[in-house]
Amino acid sequence: MIELSGVHKSFGENRVLRGVDLLIPKGQSMVVIGGSGTGKSVLLKCVLGLVRPDRGTITLDGVDVTKGDRDAFLARFGMLFQGGALFDSLRVWENVAFRLLRGSLKRPKAEARAIAVEKLRRVGLKPEVADLYPAELSGGMQKRVGLARAIAAEPEIIFFDEPTTGLDPIMSGVINELIREIVVEMGATAMTITHDMSSVRAIADRVAMLHQGVIQWTGGVAEMDATPDPYVQQFIHGRADGPIESVR
Amino acid sequence: MSLTGFLAALGRPVLRALAALGRVAIFAGEVISHLFRPPFYGREFLTALIQIGWLSLPVVGLTAIFTGGALALQIYAGGARFNAEAVVPQIVAIGMTRELGPVLGGLMVAARVASSIAAELGTMKVTEQIDALTTLSTNPMKYLAVPRILAATLAVPVLVAVGDSIGIAGGWLVGISRLDFNAASYLKNTTDFLQFWDVGSGLVKGAVFGFIVALMGCYMGMTSGRGAQGVGAATKAAVVAASVLILASNYVLTEVFFSA
Repeated sequence: MIELSGVHKSFGENRVLRGVDLLIPKGQSMVVIGGSGTGKSVLLKCVLGLVRPDRGTITLDGVDVTKGDRDAFLARFGMLFQGGALFDSLRVWENVAFRLLRGSLKRPKAEARAIAVEKLRRVGLKPEVADLYPAELSGGMQKRVGLARAIAAEPEIIFFDEPTTGLDPIMSGVINELIREIVVEMGATAMTITHDMSSVRAIADRVAMLHQGVIQWTGGVAEMDATPDPYVQQFIHGRADGPIESVR
Repeated sequence: MSLTGFLAALGRPVLRALAALGRVAIFAGEVISHLFRPPFYGREFLTALIQIGWLSLPVVGLTAIFTGGALALQIYAGGARFNAEAVVPQIVAIGMTRELGPVLGGLMVAARVASSIAAELGTMKVTEQIDALTTLSTNPMKYLAVPRILAATLAVPVLVAVGDSIGIAGGWLVGISRLDFNAASYLKNTTDFLQFWDVGSGLVKGAVFGFIVALMGCYMGMTSGRGAQGVGAATKAAVVAASVLILASNYVLTEVFFSA
């Protein structure tokens, strides 16, 4: 279970997070929605310790994430970055098996490669892809490789940052389905950041809306359409008029 | 403008510069502390050694041979004013080993390596590859900066030694082909005159310059701003900072090594 209490983060004068309270129960898929620039990615990076909050606490199973063994903490996470964030200088299989080739989870090279090929198969990529470099892949394939890397070490918690950004609707659907299948299959806790409503409906058990630095609304995905919250209604229906200011 | 306003305007850039210097010093201290703590990334170190050392050989060699040749011509022409043409081999040797070999070699490596490291790491930063390393339980400082800085610190003295030899050879070629020196006596004068510390001081300078070049490349790259403009600015800043620091530290080292 991940719990955020009163998390604040500013960058200079820009107060991005202004007291975020959020609970992500174990084994559930939480999707955080919100407009561009509302701090969704910052929130996710705060949990991982990539960005240090100015105030507030973040706990994982009751333990403050800033305390204890950082390697052991990070070993519980997998993350799919918005642009894939694949390492250009490494082959696809080396990207997927990155964690298995070094550090506490290190395995023999042949075993790490076999696991990488299996994970690539799991995300719908053929073994031939394993020896290519990331630059030789399409955007959709890079996302799949990123997904394979995120699940390679069988993490308990997986984060997805804008998993369908830049993909066509069909490829977005494929990635959404894959994420849902994998999260259910692994029994992982998942946190997804997106503003793509098709992703929300495909991936989420619960939804939280981040607006003006706080969680504006949270509830089950089934409750989302029925909620009278004007912020959620404006966002999910993509209306220009409403309490969320839009720049024209 | 009031006096306080004037002083504030004067102090602000000074404080900014001092803060930047402090950040670089902390970065350097962190790199040095990681040099002695596992894990060590041998493959990344070897790759950096090839990129920084082996692939810089042509540019350093070409710089050295032309510099050695030009130096021989200049010393001959200058020496002729007081009938000292015969000192060409000795001055070329001392000039190359103590100053021109390390400084020009360092500057050429700064242009080639600091820019490429800053651009590579800057791109990695803006495409979140550095964040990805952290989430994969790999310390970016250890994985990206330490191998490159160690490789540059070890490779540049070797490049300087090669550059010294090629530079002296350039002077020798010009000496025997254009200035009527005897080939054997030119070499004998060079070897008899050079002392260990002439070469050794240049190699120490090379190590310092190598450290500076890779340090600035890594620091600017890993702290790069967003987007193409941020990476471009980081690349430019890395080359400028490395070049200026090479020239400044060269003066300091020369004072330390050779002032009476």
